[in-house]
Amino acid sequence: MSDPVIPRFATGMKFRFDTVRDRWVVLGPERLFLPDETAVEILKLVDGQRSLDDIADTLAERFAAPREVIAADLTAMLRDLAEKGAIRL
Amino acid sequence: MSLPDPPMGLLAELTHRCPLQCPYCSNPLELERAGSELDTATWLRVLDEAAALGVLQIHFSGGEPTARKDLSVLVRRAAELKLYSNLITSGVLLDAGMMDQLARAGIDHIQLSFQDVEPGNADRIGGYSGGHRRKLDAAALIRQAGVPLTTNFVVHRQNIARIPEMIALGTELGAGRIEIAHVQYYGWGLINRDTLLPDRAQLDFATAVVEEARDRLKGRVVIDYVTPDYHAARPKACMGGWARRFINISPAGKALPCHAAESLPGLEFPSVRDTPLAEIWRHSPAFLRFRGTDWMPEPCRSCDRREIDWGGCRCQAFALTGDAARTDPACALAPDHGVMAEAVAARREAAFTYRRIGAR
Repeated sequence: MSDPVIPRFATGMKFRFDTVRDRWVVLGPERLFLPDETAVEILKLVDGQRSLDDIADTLAERFAAPREVIAADLTAMLRDLAEKGAIRL
Repeated sequence: MSLPDPPMGLLAELTHRCPLQCPYCSNPLELERAGSELDTATWLRVLDEAAALGVLQIHFSGGEPTARKDLSVLVRRAAELKLYSNLITSGVLLDAGMMDQLARAGIDHIQLSFQDVEPGNADRIGGYSGGHRRKLDAAALIRQAGVPLTTNFVVHRQNIARIPEMIALGTELGAGRIEIAHVQYYGWGLINRDTLLPDRAQLDFATAVVEEARDRLKGRVVIDYVTPDYHAARPKACMGGWARRFINISPAGKALPCHAAESLPGLEFPSVRDTPLAEIWRHSPAFLRFRGTDWMPEPCRSCDRREIDWGGCRCQAFALTGDAARTDPACALAPDHGVMAEAVAARREAAFTYRRIGAR
């Protein structure tokens, strides 16, 4: 059994609500991401404590969706943000 | 007419004063003197107005922004407003006391510029003896304070061979992001173009080195790469399009769609001293002049890339053709594209014209 993967925001990245645009944004050095609603629900659970498995469990329960589907979407989204330097896996 | 989307970023050029004299400086040829700079209260008001307008990121730049005594006061206000604050600095004035002040004020990120990795050549390019050593010290201070670091290397013919060592240095200094930025040939860069511009083989070398390093450092260090226009087939989306994403405030308070816009004739840029930022962004004729696609001539107007590159750079179009409304000559479809190849052919070794007040 490998160690649990705990996603966290990369150094210098900030996830905050923008009241002017009425949406969540991810801000970093020369970087700006506008996550969609699904991504926002995932990113709200990225706290440096929860593992990928924990996040998948929480979302599967909250949205009453198949866990494997949630886990696949979750991993793909976070991998994409990791390649862009916003998330560390 | 509908309102434009709010700007994402604000570039605050706090001062044109700078100990360095880099011959490709992005400041205009007409440098502002200290006496014409905005005072602290006005900058604080501009930050308030920027946040209310929807600006998300603020870049404190210059000149050398750490030459302003009130920098940490401005950084603190930005943090209170939840603006993401980025300091763009040469680092030569940064000491432990200032770093402590900036960290306490809540600076989010610092971008530190280097002229080369070879100290003698770095100091020659910056026109500042001992500068490279000070930058290395500044990088250590920044990392000790726990502030995220970008190392920025401006590259050109006089240092392009050492890009592998630049990336190694940035990694060694603990940068989370490394910027390899080719000189952009406006203003001072244009004056010194013949002695700075790389040839095609040099550019290809630089690109290959960056691509290899990106792959090798993926997930650990982000490498951003800015190319020069002179070997390109399509123009860059300068500033993400005129007055679409950024607003620039000059040291004297002029609001500009880009830092070089004052080089364009016939445009009157409003001042933040007497005009609210929101009014400038939404209604200033200078901001409306090249916003969107209505202003475009052919071949831009019917081009399927018109909302990708937004017609390229207005300042470059003016500098190289004398008409700011022409297609950027960087585009291979532009009627003036031939001037790019002529410039490449005109490369020669010459002494730098250093950036200093009164040099031009």
